[in-house]
Amino acid sequence: MDALKQELKENLIEQLNLEDMSPEDIANDDMLFGDGLGLDSIDALELIVMLDKNYGIKLTDPKEGRAIFESINTMAAYISEHRSK
Amino acid sequence: MKNVYINSVGSISAQKTFDNAAFLNDITKYHDNVIPAVNPVYKDYISPAAARRMAKGIKMGIVSSKIALNEANLDNVDAIITGTGMGCVRDSEKFVRAIIDNDEQYLTPTPFIQSTHNTVGGQIALELNCKGYNFTYVHSSISFESALMDALLQLQLDEAKNILIGGVDEHGDHTTEIHKIINHIKPEQVGPYNLLNSKTEGAVFGEGANFFVLSNEKSNSSYAKITSVQTYNTLQENALKQQAIAFLKEHDLSTDDIDLLILGNNGDVNFDVFYNTLSEAFSKTPQAYYKHLSGEFNTASSFGFWLASKIIKTQTLPEVVKLNGVQASSYKTVLLYNQYRGENHSFTLLSQC
Repeated sequence: MDALKQELKENLIEQLNLEDMSPEDIANDDMLFGDGLGLDSIDALELIVMLDKNYGIKLTDPKEGRAIFESINTMAAYISEHRSK
Repeated sequence: MKNVYINSVGSISAQKTFDNAAFLNDITKYHDNVIPAVNPVYKDYISPAAARRMAKGIKMGIVSSKIALNEANLDNVDAIITGTGMGCVRDSEKFVRAIIDNDEQYLTPTPFIQSTHNTVGGQIALELNCKGYNFTYVHSSISFESALMDALLQLQLDEAKNILIGGVDEHGDHTTEIHKIINHIKPEQVGPYNLLNSKTEGAVFGEGANFFVLSNEKSNSSYAKITSVQTYNTLQENALKQQAIAFLKEHDLSTDDIDLLILGNNGDVNFDVFYNTLSEAFSKTPQAYYKHLSGEFNTASSFGFWLASKIIKTQTLPEVVKLNGVQASSYKTVLLYNQYRGENHSFTLLSQC
């Protein structure tokens, strides 16, 4: 699980062009949206594509994303349970 | 009709031109045939949150716009008019590559959103909260002149007071490779400083953004007056001299009235003949060139426009741009001529104000 969380942080930084951040700057329970990392709706779309491409998870209900993308912890838990690749 | 003035400039190029207090006194030398724009500290102008999705062309456009607005002491303008030959080519390449690599699956929105040609103009408007006229001209090597012509007409007719215009183009890796394959970029390693001696086909490619606040109200800091701009999609080499004479005659001028001729020579042996022809027609006139400093790109002539503005304002002709040894006591009337690969010719006439 720790390896997955590290991978998610690295992918987040690369996919979302968080140029000034390193994986160490993102705590596992940091809020990704709003007051945390400050991600926005376009980032949410990027994350949905990332889940599909990297882990074979298709999110069809946007409401699901709100809980899944809350933090690195919630993302890692969801991916571990639902990944097909 | 009202007069139109260049009230401020902002330039990001392969030279350190983003500091308006300096004027080509610290030349950056390159040895490659594809030369990059020198980056200012973008974070001084754009918040990191906004900048993270922006490719270099967008950042260059926004920052050069802000430099120009700061110098003009303006927070906003009536219109934003942009010229670009290739638009946001990096993001275009990125999303097209993603389509191919991922078999039309997994397409992310950001490169697509940022890939359109009018992204730069749109992002400048968002940064300024400018809801006025916003237009982007994509007309190959007369893209900048087309934007200039639009602004000139609006200001002459007093439909606007202050207009931000500019030219912007960025390198794209794939596009650059294609230009290398078809020899639009010189195959041999000449570097930009030996352009005129290379005697080979192709050019040294560059990138950059040059923005200007144009106004029909002269200010204490005005650089020059824009007398006229004219474009020609096609023009025969043997008609070029007569066309230049006719253009000047429309403004009651002759070749003897020009204090400086600025040419867009890019060292392509197949097409520099146009510049050589005009150079001979103005043999008694001081001449300058600039693409050894900026590189060639569709809106490189906006760098020439920046150069002319600075020369008229400072009354200084930097040694590094001199094309011949003819001297002038002052630079009051300046003619610019540009073309790329024998097409899309332009004459731009500036004068001291």
